Amino acid sequence: MSSSDTTETNTKKKRTRKPRTTKSKTKKPEETTPAPAEITTPETSTLVPSEPEPAPAPVEEIVPETEEKVETEDVAPQVELPKFEKSLADKVTQKFGSKAEVAYIKQNRIRINVKKEDIKDVASYIRDELNFDHAESVSGVDYPDENKIEAVYHLGSYTDPELSKQILALATSAPREENPNPGRDSTRLPSLRDVFYSVEFHERECFEMLGVYFDDHPDNRRLLLPEDWADIPPLRKDFDIKGR
Amino acid sequence: MTAQLPPGLQLEKVDERIMTLNVGPQHPGSGHMRLIVQVDGDYIVACDPDPGYVHRGEEKMAEYRNYITNIPHLERPVIHDSCNILYPYCLAVEEILGLEVPERAKYVRVIASELNRCVYTMYWLAIYGIFLGHSTMFMWPAGDRELLIDLLEKITGARVTHAYFVPGGIRNDLPANFEDVCLRQVNYFEKRIKEYADIFYDNPILISRTENTGILSRQDAIRLGTTGSVLRASGVDFDIRKKEPYDVYENLDFQTNVLQSGDSYARSKIPWLDMLESCRIIRDALKKMPKSGAVRVKLKPNPKGGDVEVYRRVESGRGALGMHVISKSKPEPYRVKISVGSFRNLICMPYLLRGEKLGNMPAVYWSLNYWPVEADR
Repeated sequence: MSSSDTTETNTKKKRTRKPRTTKSKTKKPEETTPAPAEITTPETSTLVPSEPEPAPAPVEEIVPETEEKVETEDVAPQVELPKFEKSLADKVTQKFGSKAEVAYIKQNRIRINVKKEDIKDVASYIRDELNFDHAESVSGVDYPDENKIEAVYHLGSYTDPELSKQILALATSAPREENPNPGRDSTRLPSLRDVFYSVEFHERECFEMLGVYFDDHPDNRRLLLPEDWADIPPLRKDFDIKGR
Repeated sequence: MTAQLPPGLQLEKVDERIMTLNVGPQHPGSGHMRLIVQVDGDYIVACDPDPGYVHRGEEKMAEYRNYITNIPHLERPVIHDSCNILYPYCLAVEEILGLEVPERAKYVRVIASELNRCVYTMYWLAIYGIFLGHSTMFMWPAGDRELLIDLLEKITGARVTHAYFVPGGIRNDLPANFEDVCLRQVNYFEKRIKEYADIFYDNPILISRTENTGILSRQDAIRLGTTGSVLRASGVDFDIRKKEPYDVYENLDFQTNVLQSGDSYARSKIPWLDMLESCRIIRDALKKMPKSGAVRVKLKPNPKGGDVEVYRRVESGRGALGMHVISKSKPEPYRVKISVGSFRNLICMPYLLRGEKLGNMPAVYWSLNYWPVEADR
């Protein structure tokens, strides 16, 4: 029974796969020859999906390299860098030197990476001297490969008309733990709530979604998740959606 | 006891004098969210908003789908304003993939998003009216909203969930003879909403209920990072359409509305004034729009960008709506963070409700132009 079922499914798979191959014109002569072999041996059906699998593998290898590429891209067209954004970023780097690393400068967008020990100083400087006055969003991003969880504060300004187009992304990262125990492990960041009052709910969301505990935050409670949520923080990459 | 509880959970203390009320989440007076209100007699002493009743994990879902299949589900947080919630996503993906949108598509996008802003605002206005006990103000916007829904149905084929914007343009061109129909409907719509002043905004009962309730000062509005109508009702002139114009907004003739008082009345009036501006924008866009041309650039199947991250924002019906999209050279985005106006305005709820009478709660709460489903994502 089971063998007949598998052959049926194989032929079904083959039928569905055939029009796919006909769509891509280049593969057509290659695919038509192994097609009769599929009918005799059911194992060849697994060979067909294995073909696209090697394709993502080199992409993953590229990932660490492209980080350097991004930097070189920033350096190469230095003439084209928008002046105003560059002057803002220069102010920060002049003040903090190597503590503040400028990740990119684009039209209306700057990103500055800092260590978590320095983020309060840098944020205070950005508020007091550069006139950014509120946070638009706080994105928590999980990087399991680099063993870190990033918090990106997108800051904007209502009071300074010169800055109304600008969004300054201030990013810092916390160590990531394989078995998260939110609030009790090393995944901690200093809260920016004293500097930018508007991050209060954003940081609460970041805490429950990625397990980043914000020290000195007055109200580190759950916000969106249910009270009885007993799984790991859901926006971590190792949390899989059920059924996918 | 409290030390043993895991972080994120808390014990409630019961005071004899202060009573704790749960408003919501099923109660229609709060939308799909819970307000934990502590009252001393008739006065609110503390308010703790508890969103999350309709949290659907849109950001997590977006990490599993490619840039195109993300479109229909990303509009779900606010289906009445679906064009405006897809707008920053499309702008961000266009920047990641390096797409240039055709000129005609930019104008059609503006028209569709302004129509959608009006549709959302009318829905909100209907709810605001009914919760202030003004039944006519529920009926009229709910009826007049159909005018614009019919227009959007002609463009997109769906009444509310349009999924009309795609990276690189729009899904399909306008139907034949759309300009005339649109102009006629929008002119009539404008005439209709001007009549709302007589029945609603100049109504002494409404004014007495909403004026001087829930006052948000200019400094607090900035400090709390509010956005949209809440911010502009407190005297801060900030509209993304003017400050960081996207697509063709810089070519169009319109103004932003700012009121100084910062109370519930001002907050409820700004969206209505915005709708009048939207009518101007739509008429202007219809006039300046190229009459023919491509509306969409062709995309490769499963398009992917490089290692970039993009933050784009637009002005939605509820204020700035930003999308932070991170691409890691894969067809699926690595991370999509949706920063919505509702969520950002949520923070001022405890501040505005403290010291108010419980009866004023709906007037303050709904004046925040808050959409719980969008805040939860």
